[in-house]
Amino acid sequence: MTAFALPTASEPYVPPTISDTHLPEVLPWMAEYGTGFGKQMIMIILSIILITWFFKAAIKNPKLVPGKTQFLAESAYGFVRNSIGRDIIGEKNFRPWVPLLFATFFFVLLNNLFGIIPFLQIPSFSHAGSAYAMALIIYGTWIAVGVKNHGIRYFKLAVVPSGVPGWIMPLMVPLEIISNFLVRPLTHSLRLMATMLSGHIIVMLAATGARHLIVVQESLAMNSIGVLVIVGSVAMYFLELLIMVLQAFVFALLTAIYIQGALDADAH
Amino acid sequence: MISNELILAAGAGANPLLPNPWEILVTAAGFAVLLFIVVKKIAPAFEKSYQDRVTAIEGGLEKAEAAQAEADAILAQYKAQLLEARTEANNIREDARTEGAQILAELKAKAADESARITEQAHRAIEAERVAAVTSLRAEVGTLATSLASKIVDDALENDERASRVVDKFLSDLENQQNAGASN
Repeated sequence: MTAFALPTASEPYVPPTISDTHLPEVLPWMAEYGTGFGKQMIMIILSIILITWFFKAAIKNPKLVPGKTQFLAESAYGFVRNSIGRDIIGEKNFRPWVPLLFATFFFVLLNNLFGIIPFLQIPSFSHAGSAYAMALIIYGTWIAVGVKNHGIRYFKLAVVPSGVPGWIMPLMVPLEIISNFLVRPLTHSLRLMATMLSGHIIVMLAATGARHLIVVQESLAMNSIGVLVIVGSVAMYFLELLIMVLQAFVFALLTAIYIQGALDADAH
Repeated sequence: MISNELILAAGAGANPLLPNPWEILVTAAGFAVLLFIVVKKIAPAFEKSYQDRVTAIEGGLEKAEAAQAEADAILAQYKAQLLEARTEANNIREDARTEGAQILAELKAKAADESARITEQAHRAIEAERVAAVTSLRAEVGTLATSLASKIVDDALENDERASRVVDKFLSDLENQQNAGASN
């Protein structure tokens, strides 16, 4: 918590650490960050309540000609259903997967957007645990889909590419195993976690850096650079907003692509 | 500006790649709850709303098509009726004309018959009267001539046979004269 301490006479700039940006845990009360149930998990639960509340309220009394809320909710649902589900998985099989894609997209989106809401101010998925959990659920899902649709033969279909000359197989098969079964869940989770965390760190650095430049430094030049940092951080805020939406979309899109790959494993 | 101490300080704190098990638990359980609600309540509601709208729009289109078809059928029926009525009117007119012509022809024929019959009757009456007149005239002229001649010749011609021969000759001369006059 050193970065947030009151400045002393000529305090050197101390960059914040990951732990610095977190409040102490709630359960056990005031325990050290990373040891118990804390703010980030409360936000996860909050996101579930908000998503459920909004979409249930929006579609409670569906009208043929929708009102504003219903239209917004239907557009959001239709976006996931058609642009992610139908376009990727295909007209024939996409329907059973719409709920999963819908829940994934809005769960990730809202938790990302928490990062730009004052006081919440942290994207839930900047915590590796949440990203791992989501990626694992998706990982388990598409493997189960593959096995259910193609039996144990699915693993052969997934790692032995068709139309490739035999002599290159010793190279291709290990690569396919690594890329599909080992790296895929890691990239799926870390892509989300890293972009959210980096955005969070930028906010943190801008805040502590600007404070240091304006409050601690005594030269006018340094103070004005501090003001510039604040101006720049506003631009970063909007860039973050874009990245948050984009990463939620990418996460749901990859989910659809993995499921489609498992469904149609024998089609290529 | 950037000393080793600063870099080390930045590296301190929690390793961002190591998860807090609580996070995994809360996220997985929370997502399971969310997915359950979405599968059971939210997605079916949206699909139903979507389906209802599709049905309503398609139903509206069908209704409009049905109305259009009905209107077309009524128009066709109306046109057919109009055509039928026109044909009927034409037929009636045609019949009337034909009937009129027939009546006229019948009347003409009847009139012609009547006139022919009247003419015939008149001819017959004239002929009969003429015959009667000729007969009576012949008798009368004979008598007159005889009495005149007897008066002239006195009773020299009392002999009937002779008298009648003279009269006949006179009359046939008279007749010849008359015929010659008619043929001229």
